[in-house]
Amino acid sequence: MSISIHKVEKIARLAKLSFSQKEKENFTDQFNQILTFMEKLNELDTETVEPTTHVLDLQNAMRGDTSKTGLSQDEALDNAPRSKSGFFSVPKVLDKQ
Amino acid sequence: MTNVNYEPIIGLEIHIQLLTRSKIFCSCSAQFGGVPNTQVCPVCLGMPGVLPVLNQNVVEYALKLGLATDCEINPRAQFARKNYFYPDLPKGYQISQFEQPFCQNGKIDIEMGDFVRSVRLTRIHAEEDAGKSMHAEAYVGTDETLVDVNRCGVPLLELVTEPDIRSPEEAAFFLIHLRQLVRYLGICDGNMEEASLRCDANISLRPRGETGLGTKTELKNMNSFSHVESALNYEISRQYQMLSSGEKIEQETRMWNVDRGITESMRSKEFSHDYRYFPDPDLVPVVVDDDWIERVRRDLPELPLQRKKRFIKEYALPEYDAKILTEDRAIADFFEAVAIKVKDKKAASNWVMGEVLRCLKEKKCNIDELRLEADSLVEIIQLIESGTINSKIAKSVFNDVIESGDSPKKIVKEKGLMQITDHDAIEKAIDQVLQAHPDEVDAFRGGKDKLMGFFVGQVMRATDGKANPKSVNVLIRKKLSGS
Amino acid sequence: MHLTELAYTQLRRKLDRSELSCEKLVDLYIENIHEQESLNAYITVFEDNARQRAIEIDNRIAGGQAGMLAGMVVAIKDNIVMKGVPTTCGSKILSNFVPPYDATVIRKLLEQDAILIGKTNLDEFAMGSSTETSNFGATRNPHDADRVPGGSSGGSASAVAAGLCCGALGSDTGGSIRQPASFCGVVGLKPTYGRVSRFGLVAFASSLDQIGPLSQTVSDNALLLKSIAGYDPNDSTCANVAVPDYGSFLQQEVRGLKIGKPVEYFSQGLDPEINRAIENVLESLARRGAEIVEVSLPNLEYAISAYYIIATAEASSNLERFDGARYGFRSAGAKNLEEMYVKSRSEGFGPEVKRRIMLGTFVLSSGYYDAYYRKAMQVRTLIKNDFDRVLEQVDCLITPTSPTTAFKLEEKLDDPLQMYLSDIYTVSVNLAGLPALSLPCAKDHQGLPVGIQFIAKPFDEGMLFRIADHVEGNHTC
Repeated sequence: MSISIHKVEKIARLAKLSFSQKEKENFTDQFNQILTFMEKLNELDTETVEPTTHVLDLQNAMRGDTSKTGLSQDEALDNAPRSKSGFFSVPKVLDKQ
Repeated sequence: MTNVNYEPIIGLEIHIQLLTRSKIFCSCSAQFGGVPNTQVCPVCLGMPGVLPVLNQNVVEYALKLGLATDCEINPRAQFARKNYFYPDLPKGYQISQFEQPFCQNGKIDIEMGDFVRSVRLTRIHAEEDAGKSMHAEAYVGTDETLVDVNRCGVPLLELVTEPDIRSPEEAAFFLIHLRQLVRYLGICDGNMEEASLRCDANISLRPRGETGLGTKTELKNMNSFSHVESALNYEISRQYQMLSSGEKIEQETRMWNVDRGITESMRSKEFSHDYRYFPDPDLVPVVVDDDWIERVRRDLPELPLQRKKRFIKEYALPEYDAKILTEDRAIADFFEAVAIKVKDKKAASNWVMGEVLRCLKEKKCNIDELRLEADSLVEIIQLIESGTINSKIAKSVFNDVIESGDSPKKIVKEKGLMQITDHDAIEKAIDQVLQAHPDEVDAFRGGKDKLMGFFVGQVMRATDGKANPKSVNVLIRKKLSGS
Repeated sequence: MHLTELAYTQLRRKLDRSELSCEKLVDLYIENIHEQESLNAYITVFEDNARQRAIEIDNRIAGGQAGMLAGMVVAIKDNIVMKGVPTTCGSKILSNFVPPYDATVIRKLLEQDAILIGKTNLDEFAMGSSTETSNFGATRNPHDADRVPGGSSGGSASAVAAGLCCGALGSDTGGSIRQPASFCGVVGLKPTYGRVSRFGLVAFASSLDQIGPLSQTVSDNALLLKSIAGYDPNDSTCANVAVPDYGSFLQQEVRGLKIGKPVEYFSQGLDPEINRAIENVLESLARRGAEIVEVSLPNLEYAISAYYIIATAEASSNLERFDGARYGFRSAGAKNLEEMYVKSRSEGFGPEVKRRIMLGTFVLSSGYYDAYYRKAMQVRTLIKNDFDRVLEQVDCLITPTSPTTAFKLEEKLDDPLQMYLSDIYTVSVNLAGLPALSLPCAKDHQGLPVGIQFIAKPFDEGMLFRIADHVEGNHTC
């Protein structure tokens, strides 16, 4: 499988990243190199193989439904690049067309 | 307004906010309405390094709802990440369930008067709620969005139906039924205005007689049952007009605009979402064995329909009474607490359906907030049954109980409201009334029988309403005919 | 011998006998740190805090109530959070981030009276094998300043090797503890997945990440693992398995042990000098009564592909929280939300991190999930089955840690695939969730350390310590 610069652009939009034209071209090359290498996996027949999501056979890790006090408002907002009246503040969503 | 040539095909997606003490993946309070960003911790703030730990009650509640709706319980459920960026989503992904939800393939039957609509449930899965972001310039005042993370991580169940609903009215009935069910189960307060129940709808039209599905639209932003009905009705006529003029329906999401009474397209430049779901490696599978299922099943409360049937049988109530009384679990509990202690079950029903429900409506409160113990109502009914007070006095005693919280017996005693059954006392009052109204006495004797009511009224007034009305009637008649 | 070259077990004896104070010890390490600033091993050093704590610990030792790690001066990889001090992950996007909580391992180290000296450099978000991609510059190898210390825990490995701390914590997703331990000539352990809590470790790939110790000696490593291992209710993937006294595995014989030599690890691409070094160890173990058997892990050749698909997929999701909204770097002048996201992330992440986010986003995206992500998860099962089968027959596997010794700075920086391939001997262990330890066993002709890797059954770290301690004691290099 080979991917196009157009696909790279689409993936970048999903990942919220932007690249210069040169970077995109570079990426497309590297991607194709890496993906070609990864396609080695297709040599294996995995039709009947269960995927491993968790390498340990753990289950039902749960906590009781009790509530505890967490952080204060100040602590919560302490790292915020911008906050206002007790809220996190971010630039407005671009108006819908 | 639907054309007979088309039938609406409706499916619902309902988010049910659970009444747990803490959030789904951390120990912060799940209470509604705290000061912004005070019910938060590193976990629900999505800080680097944190890990989620599942709240066991979320599983219990999912199983309750699943069992109450005839779902298959997945023996192995798994959480998945739904990836997208939004300011109210601190981690950049929502923890939800995708391939392995808690429950699948259920069914809810809706009684629609003369027929029953069986709505199949595709799935019930658990997920975390997002935070709240405020864009409204009126509130924010600038070109920024403010974010409150308190609600982030509050547990939700999402229930998805098959497209089995055939009218807006059925959709509304479905929601009413579901609200009643989640309240009975004690897993959600069912308040649509406060968004504890949130409903999105998918709707398409198809020519009658056909089996395929047309292009559907997804409706959002309906925060009451009547909104759901209105939005669906609007959308039916919109789609009908388009189809009948040969236009194509666009598959899209539309927002209900309550002020304008229309649905509006959420035209967005954003390309279609690709959520990149994958199993969340931070959360291990939830394995639900038969023992667990049986334990939850054993603890299920009696459900509304079963209870209604039992009320009809056990208390010999009319179907209408049984339906009203079982609409709310707390009311049904209250009625039963009264009914088992009094002889006249119908009287208990009348009192609950009449005075009690009226009071709740007037005071806009729940039964547990009313100053009325079931035993107080039992006492009132027993006071009537024993002839100690008449039913008119009983109503004023009831109101006294609500206001003062005192026991009915105490009120009757202190205020001297005991019914006058002593014939001498009643006769004395009658004599006074007759003496004071000689003209009316003559008219009555002259055949104006309607004046009987007047005399009874006067005597009741003279006795402060405490005379036994039956005795008053008999004695007046005797006096006026005898002399 | 300089005091900072001593292992903790020796230092502790001196501390307990009052021949040495923690205060003095901390000063010595700080002196070393200043002298060797050019190594760039640390991002943050807590000079004042460490001195103050040293006085407290001295009192505790005098009072006879000191913990297991009293006076051990420990460095922490800067992707493990500590309350009140910056955690950077070597990234611009975490500028000014000060966590309001402690990682579980930090709490445990403090409970045992360790003295935390600073946060060490790493590849940005632990994504790399050379500690060159940090926003704070490259860390250098103490054995040769023109060479990389390995990565991504290169700061921790370099600090231990250069005597800038007594022990350190690193994190290992595909070899990030073992490979730098090998390049720097120190002992590095990746514990069984679920052995040590990940709570407070900034996630790279959640199903592969594990925190582990780096130290000068096997016994120090065992002591560090004992203090950080164990069940944690804050980490759902942390196993409730009792933590043994790892010290009891030390100074044991190897007679009767069955040791597997996976043939696939000794094939093409392996530096002959490294091959010889490993063979020497195998021969010596055989002489001491261990049985060496050749075993096969046929799916090993697929490990790198499966690893990079799974690791980047998980990373792309784990790194979505770095969006400029609640903490860390926000690009100035973003006019709307979309711009804030795109600019903050594009300016905040370095090229290697962006490359992996892109790869991971791609393999999870609609239409590619089954072909890449699901496929990789299935191959992971095959690889795990290979190890399970082989480890039923033997007590431990022995392999090289890395196909080469430390390479030159910038040598592989522009060739991501070559860089990924250098993880060939380590990633499969993460895919299978197994414990593995890298021990220095020789030096090559340039005087660069060679690492040998031991791999054991899940939760059998004791076996690793037993064999590694034996090799360490009989194999001076």
